[in-house]
Amino acid sequence: MNPEAIRDKVSVVGVGCCQFGENWTSSREDMIVDAVYEAYEDAGIEDPDRQIEAVFAGAVYPREGSGEVAEALKLFGKPITMLMDYCQTGTDAFRCGVFSVAAGLYDTVLVIGFDKPKDRGVSGPSVNFDKVRGLPATPAGWFSLCAARYFDTFDAGREDLARIAVKNHHNGTLAPKSMLKKEITVEDVLKARIISWPFGLFDCAAQSDGAAAAIITRTDLGRSFRDDPVLVKSVTVATAEHPQRDPDFDFLAWKPTLYAAKDAYAQAGITEPFRELDVVQLHDCFTLTEMLSYEDLGLCKKGEAKDHIASGTFELGGELPVNTDGGLKTFGHPTGATGVRMIYENVLQLQGRAGPRQVPNATLALSHNIGGAPQTCGIAILGMN
Amino acid sequence: MTGIAAFGAYVPYTRLPLALIQGRPAKEGGPEKAVAYYDEDAITMAVAAAIDCLAGIDRDQVDAVYFASTSYELKEKQGAAVIAKALDLRRDVLTSDHAGSLRAGTGALEAGLVAVKAGAARNALVVASDCRMGAPRGALEGKLGDGAAAFLVSAENTIATWTASHAVTAEFQDAWRIDGEPFTHSWEDRFVVQEGVIPNLGDALRGLIDKAGAAPGDFAKVALYAHDARTLAAVAGAAGIDRSQLQDPLLGRLGNTGAAYAPMLLIAALEEASPGQKLLVASYGDGAHGLAFETSDALAALPPRLGVAGHLARRRTLGSYDAYLRSRKLDPKEWEGGADLGLSATVRHRESDADIGFIGGRCTACGQIHLPTPRVCYACKAKDQWEPARLSDKTGRVLAFTFDYFFPAAEPPTIMVVTEVEGCRVQVQMANTQPDEVRLDLPVEFVFRKIHDAGGKANYFWKASPLRKGEAR
Repeated sequence: MNPEAIRDKVSVVGVGCCQFGENWTSSREDMIVDAVYEAYEDAGIEDPDRQIEAVFAGAVYPREGSGEVAEALKLFGKPITMLMDYCQTGTDAFRCGVFSVAAGLYDTVLVIGFDKPKDRGVSGPSVNFDKVRGLPATPAGWFSLCAARYFDTFDAGREDLARIAVKNHHNGTLAPKSMLKKEITVEDVLKARIISWPFGLFDCAAQSDGAAAAIITRTDLGRSFRDDPVLVKSVTVATAEHPQRDPDFDFLAWKPTLYAAKDAYAQAGITEPFRELDVVQLHDCFTLTEMLSYEDLGLCKKGEAKDHIASGTFELGGELPVNTDGGLKTFGHPTGATGVRMIYENVLQLQGRAGPRQVPNATLALSHNIGGAPQTCGIAILGMN
Repeated sequence: MTGIAAFGAYVPYTRLPLALIQGRPAKEGGPEKAVAYYDEDAITMAVAAAIDCLAGIDRDQVDAVYFASTSYELKEKQGAAVIAKALDLRRDVLTSDHAGSLRAGTGALEAGLVAVKAGAARNALVVASDCRMGAPRGALEGKLGDGAAAFLVSAENTIATWTASHAVTAEFQDAWRIDGEPFTHSWEDRFVVQEGVIPNLGDALRGLIDKAGAAPGDFAKVALYAHDARTLAAVAGAAGIDRSQLQDPLLGRLGNTGAAYAPMLLIAALEEASPGQKLLVASYGDGAHGLAFETSDALAALPPRLGVAGHLARRRTLGSYDAYLRSRKLDPKEWEGGADLGLSATVRHRESDADIGFIGGRCTACGQIHLPTPRVCYACKAKDQWEPARLSDKTGRVLAFTFDYFFPAAEPPTIMVVTEVEGCRVQVQMANTQPDEVRLDLPVEFVFRKIHDAGGKANYFWKASPLRKGEAR
């Protein structure tokens, strides 16, 4: 890909997010409308029928296609793309929207991510018996696979993971729309019941309902919506080998992130991510995923994550705050919405609107999803100048 | 020369006009099926067929009884023993049951022929009988009929000499009945026909004709298990058999009588045959199985019997569908829809190499093994260059593990590992161990286990088991 093709050509001019949680009394329609109308208002859009030319939507669970989005928003006669790629669904919807604007197809488009797993009647993700290989097919089982080898190689352990959960629980108390607002201790994490070793309950993200939205437009039109449009520096996705089959997999780093990060940094012109980035939202579906992602995103060297965890590098007030709104862990993880929720948080951070969790003077922000077995990764980098 | 010395059959007196199933009035001469009435089952029909077969024969000459049925109702209680007692056979008669497949009928016939040929029995009685049910008003109900076939297999005085046999076996889940359930289930008919019936029966017939040293046109009659009329024609075409050679499948008169079906059609063919004719019989189920015979001069001397034709001629039709339902103690509200069918039979079919066989592929370009066998090699990207690589008898080591308490299991946690075996990565569960034994690089072997029972059926895959010092393997 031409690394210059995207940089600074597209701007985010409005974001919205519904309350995340076990939304027993609200439907997908309710959540979509809550998130999108907040984004309309944020962008000063008064006539979406005229101002929104296309919609890029992502969701993992529904099978209803684009009609559901059109019906919720009463946006008809427009191209609506409906896509699904597990946990990076939201970032990929954003990518497709950005590409369409950068290519000159549309001036202004709407991006939505949404999901409502709590209508399925199960706690946590579903366990599917549609095949016999790969069982037990639980996300905790997939993402825990690196634990034994990583712990053994780098002398890390559950205590290091626990500190990540404690950090994200603290950050979640500062985000009004987060699902969980509860401070916890390292001891709480270590004592919790085991879900899939080494993950106890507090090592796992909170599966929730939710929706998030973003309005993006041509950068030269950005200031017609608001004074502080946020520039898209890069957005990419990458698909990697299946970690349970890849004969070269080393169980120390997730390849999807390695592939996507290389491309994302090249697009954005970033050579020293730890120094250049001000705030990061990364995919903490499980605490170990966050730990490996620090390294896989190049925020620190392989094997050194535990030292940075101990010194507080990635806490609010640290050198590079990560998951400022509590992340998947406490803000919640409605699978298709998460990528767009991260963009919502990064836009608030870059515009200085993040309240008590604000990272001072943030001008460059990254968001990251990793999904599937995991095999896929999506990364978006936003900046103010 | 080993072969068939006598035959007999049974078709229940009672017929159910198919129109009644659909709530329409029955017309004389319309399609119907034979139904065992309330006081009949697989055993009573088997006894009746055996009596028809043994007419004029000294029963003390019977050395063995082989009974085939998929619908005999008892476990741990032999059907052949009931038949032997009802026939007042010798106390030292050898009895055994054949079950579990629609191929059980020809399988029992082959067993009888082999026993006689080997000299283990002079005369063996082979009886196949089935009384299967489709759910009321379901797709199968109109197709399935009830009936029984019997053969006396002998080395002497044979009316039809056994000349060849051929079987192909396929792990294929097209029809099944779960223990305790009254109704036969079936996967989508088009899949059953295209991937099951036509290729398997076609292969069995071609192999059989080849083994018999004959050409397809040499056979006077071919008695073929008929899934339906169209599939029967397709199977015949696949084997180079002309439609004029096909024995009437009795669709709309008898119905598909399961394990007894192809044997009954062979009897119908024998009833019409002349001495010196070549005959074929082939059945279907988990593969297919065929046998070839050649009639002898003794055929003309066989005393008269009812057989298939005689039984078909004696009939009475039920006046209502309700009478049929009452005879089977069926609730007309029972229906087959909505049940959990479990793992897709088509997926199971495609993946049986990896799932049941634990067979992967070795890339002939670079040597890398993968399970399941992909199209394109991970290592060298070569396309479609695979040879089978059986991993079930290889040892491996644990590369990664987790203990999953979330997955529903009888005794959590479920131990999940990624293993390396012959350079191939395979994710499996562990058996015969506890979490405290599991560690990186633990040597393992592989054991065949039930992985879950989705759809009420056992689904199988392999698990890793610790390779312990001092244990032979």
